[in-house]
Amino acid sequence: MNNEFEPTILAFVCNWCTYTAADLAGTSRMVQQPNLRLVRMMCTGMVDPKYIVKSLLSGADGVLVSGCHPGDCHYINGNYKARRRVKLLNEILPQFGIEKERVKLTWVGASEGNEFAATVNNFINEIRELGPMEACSMAVV
Amino acid sequence: MAKKIGVYVCHCGSNIAGKVDCEGVADFAKGLKDVAVSRDYQFMCSDPGQEMIIKDIREHGLNRVVVASCSPRLHEKTFQQACARAGLNPYLLQHSCIREHCSWITADPEEATAKAKHIVEAAVERVGRHQELFSREVEVLPDVMVVGAGIAGIQASLDIAKSGHTVHLVEKSPSIGGHMAQFDKTFPTLDCAACISTPKMVAVSQEPNINLMTWSEVEDVSGFVGNYTATVLHKPRYINADVCTGCGACLEKCPTKALSEFDEGLGMRKAIYRNSPQAVPNTPVIDGTICKKITKDKCGICQTICPTGAIDYEMKETREVFHVGSIVLATGYDTMDPTPMAEYGFGKYDEVYTALQFERLNNAVGPTEGRIVMKNGKSPESVAIIHCVGSRDVNYHEYCSRTCCMYALKYDHLIKDKVGHNTNVYNFYIDMRCFGKGYEEFFKRVQEEGVTFIRGRPAEIVQENGKLVVVGEDTLLGMNVRVPVDMVVLCTAMEAQKDMAEVARVFGVAQGQDGFFLEEHPKLGPVSTATDGVFLAGACQGPKDIPDAVAHASGGAAQALALAAKGTVSISPTTSWINPDICVGCKVCVGLCPYSAIEFDDRRQIAVINEAMCKGCGSCAGYCPSGAAQIKHFNENQIFDEIDGLLGLLPGLPEIIDETGAQSVQARNVITPGEPA
Ligand SMILES: Cc1cc2nc3c(=O)[nH]c(=O)nc-3n(C[C@H](O)[C@H](O)[C@H](O)COP(=O)(O)OP(=O)(O)OC[C@H]3O[C@@H](n4cnc5c(N)ncnc54)[C@H](O)[C@@H]3O)c2cc1C
Ligand code: SF4
Ligand code: SF4
Ligand code: FES
Repeated sequence: MNNEFEPTILAFVCNWCTYTAADLAGTSRMVQQPNLRLVRMMCTGMVDPKYIVKSLLSGADGVLVSGCHPGDCHYINGNYKARRRVKLLNEILPQFGIEKERVKLTWVGASEGNEFAATVNNFINEIRELGPMEACSMAVV
Repeated sequence: MAKKIGVYVCHCGSNIAGKVDCEGVADFAKGLKDVAVSRDYQFMCSDPGQEMIIKDIREHGLNRVVVASCSPRLHEKTFQQACARAGLNPYLLQHSCIREHCSWITADPEEATAKAKHIVEAAVERVGRHQELFSREVEVLPDVMVVGAGIAGIQASLDIAKSGHTVHLVEKSPSIGGHMAQFDKTFPTLDCAACISTPKMVAVSQEPNINLMTWSEVEDVSGFVGNYTATVLHKPRYINADVCTGCGACLEKCPTKALSEFDEGLGMRKAIYRNSPQAVPNTPVIDGTICKKITKDKCGICQTICPTGAIDYEMKETREVFHVGSIVLATGYDTMDPTPMAEYGFGKYDEVYTALQFERLNNAVGPTEGRIVMKNGKSPESVAIIHCVGSRDVNYHEYCSRTCCMYALKYDHLIKDKVGHNTNVYNFYIDMRCFGKGYEEFFKRVQEEGVTFIRGRPAEIVQENGKLVVVGEDTLLGMNVRVPVDMVVLCTAMEAQKDMAEVARVFGVAQGQDGFFLEEHPKLGPVSTATDGVFLAGACQGPKDIPDAVAHASGGAAQALALAAKGTVSISPTTSWINPDICVGCKVCVGLCPYSAIEFDDRRQIAVINEAMCKGCGSCAGYCPSGAAQIKHFNENQIFDEIDGLLGLLPGLPEIIDETGAQSVQARNVITPGEPA
């Protein structure tokens, strides 16, 4: 059944870097698989871990968080805060039976359209490989 | 009030419609909750497109609008303005992207259409949670504060003063001019530093719109863009500047001496001193830490000499408060102390100098009256100039200091010129970086003067038979070299001021990894900072030569003037808000906020946002354990509903329940177009 499985993925991306990179990937017509949908945030520091957990429990098979490279955050250090939060989440998720690979943090700068497209396609492939989120069937949203 | 949402799906010619079935998406949206009108159109951003929205808002009483077209980074403002023209609060719009993030990147038309539907669904869900928000206009006070009076601070102050605005210029040392005042000649034109900077310094002291405060520091800053309150500490000068004529009689007789900071420790100054005869202002200052009268109540000789009775040993520090609309930071740089690089023997060998010391040797009013001589008074027969000391070096500073190659060339020329053409001059360099206007030409010219260039960073300097021997490798020849010389000049790195962290804290700006003040954007915002109304000028933002520092300073002045000229500034309403009923007072957000925008109300025991300082970054909201801190326009409900929309979880959709009683993931993933809610 895994062959037919098409994952649904949400990505929380910061307006200043990764969202801009996504625009650039679009303008440069870099084809991406359709499984990933973007949520535009002003900064990765705004991404409450709740949003990630909520997405997973509501049917996303994977969540990508992506922002500016270290040192480039538009708000000084929001990305460092995101890094800490995602790291902790990655440690906690397995305790709920959710593979930590389902939540990924990357840095994609505004000029890195190709990097964005590659990140998206790779992550979709990884999650397709991992299979559907099973754990949410045990949780109540 | 019942929600009435209008949905507008743009074709963007064939850019979207070529892949996405726009009509189908608009039809699908008709079935979504609270959608009153849903249309697709060729070009939504065109005048007729915008008119369509405006007309619908008026005729159908729409109170929410969704536009699905290109990236909101392009046209969100356009559609917000269209809403505003129709009397709808612009924040009741959600602009979603189905071009860059959908039609342009998806291979299959059906998949692209399905994805566009999810995106529209999410936008409809989210916009239902939008609230009216209002930007605030705040007044901008007309005065500007400039901190640091090196060449950058001087330029910024003169520019601003010329426009008629008052500048409060704060300089921590006794006189103005910064590093440039220490030089004798400047590259690449070799004009005399004093000849080009003195007129500017004098202009500062004579300009009625500039309130120059030397021997002063900014102690505290509060407020926000348009309305900063700065407390300036005036250190006691012990000389009444209003009475002092600058005759300098007092300087002669003072018996107490100390190493001169201005001469980089190469000469002595008195306890009562001024940096140079051309110092602006030319009022001396008494070093209260060594003056015998002030420390031990002895001496007092200067008071007896001063013909105007300007000396006042009882002077105390004072504070003055200024209200300004914006602040320009021009605090410059320091040079690195090479003592820790023991291999170069600075501090151990008499004839190893830093570049700034060498500037003083060259300066006509310096310790040697401008003669390049060794400590024994003789002229050197050979000099080695070592580039990149502490720059481009992972152990010290990774960056290039941008000026050393050029001032090294300046020294090459000055040595040949002043000491004689038979003097051997060796440059040990890594790469020659002569990037500026006229710089490469200067390099060529100096090469023709018969200077030697050896590519390679020297390993060490040793003393042998009364000579300093520079030991290194010539990486171009691939062989070791040992060059005996009489004098060595170390081109030490330009680095952030020692007190930069403290100054950054006072003004609420950040430092980059290199320690210099961090600009708002490395390319497009090099003079502004993340703190609105605080701008940068000159080398405090990173190593710069004089032309770049001056250009940067004029940029900072223009930014400050833009604020002052308009007189008001509009503050975005998408800030954080802390619900006082929910906040538990844990104070975590206070420490997380990078802009110090959160205050703690001790009486109510809750955190409160200062909206004028908040940038809406969400650091607080992303953490707040009680959910009290929320970013307006990016609040929890809005994001949750957007997630639901993206995942096709609109309330009212038939949930497909499998035998275990849980929602089937598969089922959710195949919620397809055309399956109306
Ligand atoms: C050895 C050497 C030689 C050079 N030769 C040349 C040359 O020939 N040509 C050329 O184009 N460039 C040259 N440069 C570069 C030049 O020095 C800089 O471009 C220029 O000085 C930068 O000016 P600035 O005003 O930004 O900083 P600075 O000159 O450093 O001035 C900063 C001022 O701010 C004051 N200040 C600092 N902190 C505070 C505070 N907290 N409160 C109040 N005041 C404060 C300081 O006292 C100082 O007066 C040379 C640099 C070096 C190191
Ligand atoms: S983090 Fe939340 S609960 Fe804690 S003080 Fe800030 S707003 Fe209040
Ligand atoms: S949103 Fe950012 S700037 Fe505003 S109060 Fe919260 S942490 Fe500070
Ligand atoms: S703004 Fe991009 S991560 Fe903070």
